[in-house]
Amino acid sequence: MSASEPIRVEPDSGEPTPAAQDQPQAVIRLEGVSKQFGGHQVFRDLTLEFRRGETTVVLGASGVGKSVMLKLILGLMKPDAGRIFIDGAEITTLSERRLMPVRMRFGMLFQGSALFDFLTVYENVAFAVREHKNWPEARIREVVRQKLALVDMEGTENLLPEELSGGMRKRVGLARAIAIDPEVILYDEPTTGLDPVTADTINSLLLRCQRELKTTSIVVTHDMASAYKVGDRLVMLHEGGVIADGPPEAIRRHSDVRVQRFIHGDASLAAAPPQGDIP
Amino acid sequence: MGIARPIANVGRFAAEQVGDLGRFTVFSASAFRWIFTDFTRWRLLRPQLYEVGVRSLPVIIFTGAFVGMVLALQSYPQFELLGRASWLGAVVNLSVVKELGPVLAGVMIAGRVGGALAAGLGTMKVTEQIDALRAMGAEPIRHLVVPRFLACLLLIPFLTVYCDFVGIVGGYVVAWGYGVDTHEYWMHSASAIENWDIFAGVFKSVFFGAAIALISCYKGFQSRQGAEGVGRAATEAFVVSFMAILILDLFIVMFLQGLYDALWARTSVFLS
Ligand SMILES: Nc1ncnc2c1ncn2[C@@H]1O[C@H](COP(=O)(O)OP(=O)(O)OP(=O)(O)O)[C@@H](O)[C@H]1O
Ligand SMILES: [Mg+2]
Repeated sequence: MSASEPIRVEPDSGEPTPAAQDQPQAVIRLEGVSKQFGGHQVFRDLTLEFRRGETTVVLGASGVGKSVMLKLILGLMKPDAGRIFIDGAEITTLSERRLMPVRMRFGMLFQGSALFDFLTVYENVAFAVREHKNWPEARIREVVRQKLALVDMEGTENLLPEELSGGMRKRVGLARAIAIDPEVILYDEPTTGLDPVTADTINSLLLRCQRELKTTSIVVTHDMASAYKVGDRLVMLHEGGVIADGPPEAIRRHSDVRVQRFIHGDASLAAAPPQGDIP
Repeated sequence: MGIARPIANVGRFAAEQVGDLGRFTVFSASAFRWIFTDFTRWRLLRPQLYEVGVRSLPVIIFTGAFVGMVLALQSYPQFELLGRASWLGAVVNLSVVKELGPVLAGVMIAGRVGGALAAGLGTMKVTEQIDALRAMGAEPIRHLVVPRFLACLLLIPFLTVYCDFVGIVGGYVVAWGYGVDTHEYWMHSASAIENWDIFAGVFKSVFFGAAIALISCYKGFQSRQGAEGVGRAATEAFVVSFMAILILDLFIVMFLQGLYDALWARTSVFLS
């Protein structure tokens, strides 16, 4: 195994204890989570926490299960074993109906944007507002305008998703995710497929959400520039578990060669740079 | 080992089928629950009415016309032999109204609407739109299945009546071509067809519509990843809907005949 174990905020105890009392600042907690698809084990006993007001960047090779992790957190998939807590309350056992109020506190940007193809950009962004708030149309229009402006997509209200490029869809997806000002935002590869300038706009937006709205964010990305810019904490997944977890500087100097290969995008890297050893 | 494997395979197949049936039942029950408790999303219904009703009309008219014409063409020589050509109307129109209209309309709708529903929902599934709905606190069955189900349930009876009507016209056109007396043609038709027969045909179509909608939506929701998965869902939706129509038809005919006998106390031929 690796020389450095990931930082564990809390040692695994055999007895499951309600997380609320122990870790009041942990918004999301995955505890001993396992998930497999038809014999392919994606997560094996994964324990991980996401703290309030913090932006955690999740790194990992393609297929390691980053998107699956976000879906587990929203209850869109159920783990095979283990438990998931939101603000200390277990969601793993909740019915679809009881999950609704929990999900309303989240916004999610899907990897493929997942815009509703039968609705215009306007209706896509307005969707959650219409669904949950009984607002007059004028107020909805104002929210949509404002969110689209944030992602630089004004004037596209009446287009259908099929008329947008991939990067434009991503930005509309982002506007839709933040439409009801969620407490927690899950971003699945927010800058993938964007030009560097737009990507930077999205990074700034992410930082602004974090600073002004005090949102908790989980950002899945392959874009290391973005990871260093927005992340308070970086987590790297590998083969069903966490192999690195810490602030950006620590990850940059991490001793594990798998981490170094990933952050430098260099598969031939043989060993860690000599600087130092950060767990 | 020899025999164990085939037996295990049969067992696994049976378990999968039973599991699938169970999931389908839960799925359908959930759709019904939303209809009766809290269907307020009327804005979602209109596009579906258009999709199911308006866009199916050409196919239905085409089917009805040809069925009526072929039926008349096939039956004419026999009636001619008996010297009873004007009775053609009775047979053609009764067959169209009671059986061929509803069943063929059902099959065509299973192909056109059922395939489209499964492919559309399958695409939404594989592009994570259904996950996105759930993530935004919306219920996919309520948002996607209920409007499609209601559209099929409401419009398939109308489409069936259209199919019947066009079939009757088609049959008449052929009879007219053969020089059958118009007055007698319609008079014999009217004496042979009771309101009950028309009701029976339309009654059946409601069940066909419900089956097509539920099966196709279910197949779409179960669609596997990729374009291939979506295509498979559409094909399966059609095949299973088609079989469901045939099976439902048998049982509904049995039920309606029992009901007819009970209501009008027609004594069985075996007793008289
Ligand atoms: N619905 C599903 N059914 C079956 N297998 C799945 C499903 N969703 C994900 N998987 C599998 O789980 C694994 C992890 O998938 P996931 O999409 O989370 O990867 P990822 O880390 O997000 O990769 P990428 O960076 O390419 O998006 C993959 O092997 C994938 O095939
Ligand atoms: Mg992914």
